Amino acid sequence: MTSRTRNLVVLGAGTAGTMIVNKLRRRLPADDWAITVVDRDDVHDYQPGYLFIPFGINEPDQVRRTKSPFIHAGIDLVFGEVERVDTAEHEVLLAGGRRLPYDQLVIASGTTPRPDQTEGTLGPQWHREVGEFYTYDGALALRDQLDRFTGGRLVVHITELPIKCPVAPLEFTFLADDWLRRRGLRERTELVFVTPLDGAFTKPVASRELGKILEEKGVHVEPDFMVERIDQDRKVLVSYDEREIAYDQLVTVPLNMGADFVAASGLGDELNYVPVDKHTFLATGHDDVFALGDASNIPTSKAGSVAHFSVEVFVENFLEHVAGRAMTHSFDGHANCFVESGHGKALLLDFNYDTEPLTGHFPIPKVGPMTLLGESRANHLGKLAFRHVYWNALLPGRPLGLPAEMSMSGKNPA
Amino acid sequence: MTTTTIAGHAVDVNEEGFLTRPEEWTEDLAPELARLIGLELTDAHWALIRFLREDHAAQGETATLRRVSTRTGTPVKTLFTLFPGKPAKKMAYVAGLPKPKGCV
Repeated sequence: MTSRTRNLVVLGAGTAGTMIVNKLRRRLPADDWAITVVDRDDVHDYQPGYLFIPFGINEPDQVRRTKSPFIHAGIDLVFGEVERVDTAEHEVLLAGGRRLPYDQLVIASGTTPRPDQTEGTLGPQWHREVGEFYTYDGALALRDQLDRFTGGRLVVHITELPIKCPVAPLEFTFLADDWLRRRGLRERTELVFVTPLDGAFTKPVASRELGKILEEKGVHVEPDFMVERIDQDRKVLVSYDEREIAYDQLVTVPLNMGADFVAASGLGDELNYVPVDKHTFLATGHDDVFALGDASNIPTSKAGSVAHFSVEVFVENFLEHVAGRAMTHSFDGHANCFVESGHGKALLLDFNYDTEPLTGHFPIPKVGPMTLLGESRANHLGKLAFRHVYWNALLPGRPLGLPAEMSMSGKNPA
Repeated sequence: MTTTTIAGHAVDVNEEGFLTRPEEWTEDLAPELARLIGLELTDAHWALIRFLREDHAAQGETATLRRVSTRTGTPVKTLFTLFPGKPAKKMAYVAGLPKPKGCV
């Protein structure tokens, strides 16, 4: 049997893409597999850090690194804009005409906030009175904006689900409450949380617990609000059923969408997410296309923890798949989210496809040190410390000792 | 979960009144379900209900508001006019489907 070197092409060198190429390079012999990863630029941001920038808890240089040093030797890092995937020809087309043939393709191009999708967002007050904290520039602009804030209506707003890190808007609200108190502005500020959901969060037990915290902090919740447009002149959010919410400072979370090339390639759903088997990440109708991280449509949170746990499962399956064997590992939807609640405390949510976030302790049953769905200082320190783990262990693909599969021990059933 | 009678059919519903078994739904249930939430069905409503049923059968889950809008070419504003207030939930309710999993 003659053999040729096969090509694995990974689109996106973010959290999922970087871990995948680093882990697979160690497991795939270089004679058998060439690995190429494509991204549009050489910047890698620790996105969970954006949340802390407006409040001065993280400095910009703590969340931004050069991407290329994180890509290990033996991996070809290509900078370019993906135009389209030609699944019939098994090729990736880059802007400018370069073609990358693949034997196996992994789409890990994430999800992006799209302020252009809601009328009136990108007006003259964008990144001023209409702020956001899901981009590096947005988080910095919001820091300056909050610095000038002297009271009034501070409105935190979610356009539509799903969004990257769905707990972040709540965390922003909790941290804003804390920040306003420390500045002596809380009594002069009406803090409002606007959501298209019917409660604080998507999962009932967590929604109840987080809803309680909002109430304790005197945050007014506007549920079931589907924004149609932002009127920057009148400083109001207008919903499809013509309700209006006034703001002095708006912090909006724009609609999130997968990459446009996903749609152009006929691989996406209505929000450009790639429909996949939720246990193996193999794209529906394809045998040589996978989607991982925020780029897929799996029904769990779009979050770094999910990317991490899914890559662990994917790598084992991928090795079986390219050896012509059945994939025997199955992802359970495990997600693990720290929720900053202000005053140096945080909650921890742990859930999967079948089990919603529960109370209890993590990672060691009954001991912790972290408490699930309850506020603690250990959770907050865990969250802050994770930035170092991310840069130094997670991206290089070193084992963290956290199981990919969710465990029920130490958790109190609802 | 309880069993109730709607338009002469015995159906299982959850605490919010949504049918828990989509296969128990028939077209003659829809006008009665609609009436219970103050709606009178027009052809425009029916086109959406039929889309929801077909999409659920194919996908195994209830279409989100955005999916209904994109796939049927109906502006979201129109969906709010046809099913005022909470269109995603109301459409699912009338179509005998679980409410869409808002997300995660």
